[in-house]
Amino acid sequence: MTGPRTLFDKIWQSHLVHRQEDGTCLIYIDRHLVHEVTSPQAFEGLRMAGRKPRRPDLALAVADHNVPTTDRSQGIEDDESRLQVETLEANCAEFGVPYYAVDDIRQGIVHIIGPEQGFTLPGTTIVCGDSHTSTHGAFGALAFGIGTSEVEHVLATQTLIQKPARNMRISVEGALPFGVTAKDLILAIIGKIGTAGGTGHVIEYAGDAVQALSMEGRMTVCNMSIEAGARAGLIAPDDTTFAYLKGRPLSPKGGAWEQAEAAWRHLPSDPGATYDKEVTLKSADIEPQVTWGTSPQDVAPVTGHVPRLEEAADEHRRHAMERALTYMGLEAGMPVGDIKIDRVFIGSCTNGRIEDLRDAAKVAQGRKVADKVHAMVVPGSGLVKEQAEAEGLDRIFVEAGFDWREPGCSMCLAMNADRLAPGERCASTSNRNFEGRQGRGGRTHLMSPAMAAAAAVAGHIADVRSLTKG
Amino acid sequence: MEKFTKLRATAAPLPLVNVDTDMIIPKQFLKTIQRHGLAKGLFYEMRFEHDGTPKDDFILDQPAYKTAQILVAGDNFGCGSSREHAPWALLDAGIRCIIAPSFADIFYNNCFKNGILPIQLPKEQVSLLMDDAKRGANAVVEVDLESQTITGPDGGEIAFEIDPFRKHCLLNGLDDIGLTLEKQADIESFEERRRLQEPWLAR
Repeated sequence: MTGPRTLFDKIWQSHLVHRQEDGTCLIYIDRHLVHEVTSPQAFEGLRMAGRKPRRPDLALAVADHNVPTTDRSQGIEDDESRLQVETLEANCAEFGVPYYAVDDIRQGIVHIIGPEQGFTLPGTTIVCGDSHTSTHGAFGALAFGIGTSEVEHVLATQTLIQKPARNMRISVEGALPFGVTAKDLILAIIGKIGTAGGTGHVIEYAGDAVQALSMEGRMTVCNMSIEAGARAGLIAPDDTTFAYLKGRPLSPKGGAWEQAEAAWRHLPSDPGATYDKEVTLKSADIEPQVTWGTSPQDVAPVTGHVPRLEEAADEHRRHAMERALTYMGLEAGMPVGDIKIDRVFIGSCTNGRIEDLRDAAKVAQGRKVADKVHAMVVPGSGLVKEQAEAEGLDRIFVEAGFDWREPGCSMCLAMNADRLAPGERCASTSNRNFEGRQGRGGRTHLMSPAMAAAAAVAGHIADVRSLTKG
Repeated sequence: MEKFTKLRATAAPLPLVNVDTDMIIPKQFLKTIQRHGLAKGLFYEMRFEHDGTPKDDFILDQPAYKTAQILVAGDNFGCGSSREHAPWALLDAGIRCIIAPSFADIFYNNCFKNGILPIQLPKEQVSLLMDDAKRGANAVVEVDLESQTITGPDGGEIAFEIDPFRKHCLLNGLDDIGLTLEKQADIESFEERRRLQEPWLAR
């Protein structure tokens, strides 16, 4: 292709192994993250076909979905969960895939540990049998979730059969207002374009608000690209990216780093590159966001109200809203700030990084979790936990009445023991508010870590700006 | 993978938008290390009470639809988690074809790896098929992949689009890995090129 190219075009073209006449491509995969839930059938497939992984050295495995977040020195109590984790361990040993054990300080959520270790690098292709692989796009890597059959395909061939996605750019102009975080930004974007707004596209996030974000904030934004329908999100790598990666255990060192950084500086989209779809938001219009329904697009500003049925655009939407309101046990038209909560979950691959914990701790400091509210903080990795403890964040949380836990996916998807009881309502920093996601009958309100901490101390959804100003 | 050529079966209506993969197969069924036996968890929360008692009112549990092999659904079907357990569960329950106005990318892709045909059609056509699907025992629809047509209970035909390569793989039940391994020489020369051009990617 000649002419100006997007970041996506550049990564795609540099990974093309083969292109068929009909446009179907074989692309090379540089990095493969593996976890216990979506890999057993893939390893079994290899075994049955008598195949071996082509490049086990390019994979990295960790157990995160099933692990308990309470003391795990005694192992995993649940038989099925334990079997799944043991199966991953055995498969990694058999096939030579690098693996971080559950008691390793580097263990954590796949999408937290990849960047943390420098396994995630700009300009690479990264896959994992997990839809939130889009997180790694924050580094200017083409990163997307795949199914288990494709996990097996990558293990066997180090490639994937794909067709190129379309290019979409979302530009956010102006500095984010006080109290508005990366999480509010991505929720506002999903609210605007809808959960299928990015289907078939790779979303490149641009504009000064995005450039001003830390790597943690960029990861939060790219993480939820999948909730906007896009398999991958991208942010152009820059000095912020390089400063984050330099010196990480698996980042290139010495001369190799110089060489890599020089190449990475050519990755950002060329001036004049064109996109199939463009959306622009103004930062000044964005307030702290909260979801009220059962789809991540069901957002409202914290100062707003739960929508009324007559606000629905069409009959399908009205039907979906009715179902969501019934499930959530909310009255149409009620103020968002009147929604009382029972549980708080701070963590996940969306918001389980050190900056997220600092944001929440700032709100929790010197305050107490409201009566009858159970609030838990689950660091995204062993290293995040260690860092938080070195900064004294754990003491702030514990003194405020939060439960301080071991790292893992935890109540984001409730595969372990951390889950909502039927009817319980949770202020959550995770990424999905689907029916039953955090436990059958559980009701999830997505928001930022600072907003979740504010809800914990208030006992209801609360505007964090009123707590942090004074 | 089982071939998909022609399917004549009952179509069940599921007129919901944004049916997510958590809804198709909830988390407690993801602890398996096998691909089979997931039908018991399909749409679990819509089919069973909290204590495990069957509700019996879910569409696939109604007598007329117990043998349904086609699902007609709303926009953005299969959104959310990448879990391939969703198509595995559908397949295990006998569903071979899903018709909707739009699908989420990962789910759509996962269907083809399991011999399930996802058909995307304009909203108006899906709503005609949805009406057909509501006719209980008379909701028999024929899907012909070779000719890319759907024939309704009254003989009306609807044409659909599909990627030619995916069609070829489904019609012949081809295994992707086998196809890719035929390009081993291309993969090797790509790796060699990378070793020289981007040596920092080696681990």
